Amino acid sequence: MARLDTPVMLKVSDITVGYGAITAVKGLSFEVREGEIVSLIGSNGAGKSTTLRTISGLMHPKTGSIEFRGEKIDGMPGHEIVAKGICHSPEGRRIFPRMSVDENLDLGAYLRKDSAAVKESRERVLELFPRLRERITQKAGTMSGGEQQMLAVGRALMGEPKLLIMDEPSMGLAPVLVDLIFETIETIRKSGVTILLVEQNALAALRIADYAYVLESGHLKLEGDGSKLAVDPAIAQAYLGG
Amino acid sequence: MTSVATGIARKKKISLSELLLRISMFLVIGVITYWLGFNLVIDPRAFLQVSINGINNGLLYALIALGYTLVYGIIELINFAHGDLFMLCSVFSFAILTELFGAKAPGAKNFALLLVVLLLTMIFGAIVNVTIERVAYRRLRNAPKLAPLITAVGMSFVLQWIGLKWVGSVPVNVNTVLPATKYQFAGLEVAFKTFVIFAVTIPILILFVFIVNKTRRGRAMRATAQDKDASRLMGINVNQTISFTFAIAGAAAGAAGIMWAQTIGTVSYNLGFQLGLIAFTSAVLGGVGNLYGAVLGGLIVGLIQAYNDGLTVGPGQRWSQTMVFTILILLMVYRPGGLLGQSSQEKV
Ligand SMILES: Nc1ncnc2c1ncn2[C@@H]1O[C@H](COP(=O)(O)OP(=O)(O)OP(=O)(O)O)[C@@H](O)[C@H]1O
Ligand SMILES: [Mg+2]
Repeated sequence: MARLDTPVMLKVSDITVGYGAITAVKGLSFEVREGEIVSLIGSNGAGKSTTLRTISGLMHPKTGSIEFRGEKIDGMPGHEIVAKGICHSPEGRRIFPRMSVDENLDLGAYLRKDSAAVKESRERVLELFPRLRERITQKAGTMSGGEQQMLAVGRALMGEPKLLIMDEPSMGLAPVLVDLIFETIETIRKSGVTILLVEQNALAALRIADYAYVLESGHLKLEGDGSKLAVDPAIAQAYLGG
Repeated sequence: MTSVATGIARKKKISLSELLLRISMFLVIGVITYWLGFNLVIDPRAFLQVSINGINNGLLYALIALGYTLVYGIIELINFAHGDLFMLCSVFSFAILTELFGAKAPGAKNFALLLVVLLLTMIFGAIVNVTIERVAYRRLRNAPKLAPLITAVGMSFVLQWIGLKWVGSVPVNVNTVLPATKYQFAGLEVAFKTFVIFAVTIPILILFVFIVNKTRRGRAMRATAQDKDASRLMGINVNQTISFTFAIAGAAAGAAGIMWAQTIGTVSYNLGFQLGLIAFTSAVLGGVGNLYGAVLGGLIVGLIQAYNDGLTVGPGQRWSQTMVFTILILLMVYRPGGLLGQSSQEKV
């Protein structure tokens, strides 16, 4: 798959992010265009989650800037960034364990006022993940890992995002479920949502992506069309266990 | 094979100590039930009378306990200053209602003023509590747990000092607007004040529980309590939600403060310490972090004290605190999470 020729939706320019004395991301730049699936891959500790958390406003870059549809969003608090149309299904799912599946989904639409439209999104999410419908009254914390992952993605979709950020949606899932998750990502994109994806499952993430960036200890190491990187021997060597 | 065998042996050992614990628990429950049952049989009227008094105090404890539980639930801080906030609210209500408005005796106009000042005191409590969080606790949110805790202790002294400057060092009698009338019901005596306590505290408790459990803001509060970063990703303004929680807690303390001043009839700068301790105990007893637990805990502590002090056959007033804390400790041994609290296993 090749890069789309559409306007830039998210533009990350030269950001540096750290935790106290530790610098996790150093001078990273990349962009996501409207309608694309962009994958961010790299080994453990490369700074992928830190990058995503910075885009969502949970952390703020020390230097550099982030623009979303032409508007500067770095420095904005997280809840304002959600209002701009960026929803984030975080690493480790982070569902609300003591609430029901239903309440978790409602929280995904926390900022939306139009209850009829929210109802429609809910229907769409429950169609995408019929399992959630079966478990609608269950306490989210008592669900299986796979079900929780579906809930995390479903909850992010409840915000009707323009850009959906997913941090390792297939983590800890059985192979059948991994396939299901990747199919779902395709389906979500077809419905008009742009996707920024981080995955351990690098090969699948590259195959599905229009464009991909490879991170190594906080730096950008490589970039290119997903399908090209998927067959690149250097990539295979380092990240695909080849 | 060996592992299976040791597995069984270990299981047996645990179940033995568990058995002992269970037997001792039934013994304790048995003794208490017998004591209460005995008093009920020898003088049912006195028993009911004492129960009413207990619920009367318990409702006030519940209002204060609510504040401990709400704040603990959302930022895991034992807000040591909360009892003193209650004290400051009682002093505020005295200063406004009794001194400023001069409402010192029963009467229709003074009842109306009481309602107005109830509202003002709740607003006062909310504002003070939100301010405390804003200036003292917020910047310590990511600091080690001990830092906000010690700050709360310090804040408790600050509030006491304000109270001391405001009403002086000796307890001040409040000329209450509530008449000392008592009504007879089937041989029971119920004070007018008790009706007022019921009429004020129960709706407020119901309102606050409703806010937390059924409204959009309440949902944001519960989400923030569980996972702050995930809440931000939902678009929840976490700081604002925490402020709102402090506002509710402060308003509840305000209601309790004015009710205390008007029904007990004294205010004093050091009231917060004792009442705070009792209310905190109530919150822990019910399961800190759980709203219904705070209400239940408050009622139970009120009842324990009343039974202890007032029953025909009982330990008597001197043992009041001892009794409350003995029961708290026993309960903690059997149910570390409190009556309605989460057991550690459920916690994710
Ligand atoms: N809260 C934190 N405090 C200090 N250092 C952190 C913290 N979170 C992450 N780091 C460090 O920042 C670096 C980048 O972490 P990050 O979570 O972004 O990696 P990642 O690429 O998502 O890795 P993984 O694939 O394992 O999820 C790591 O070296 C990590 O140890
Ligand atoms: Mg990560």
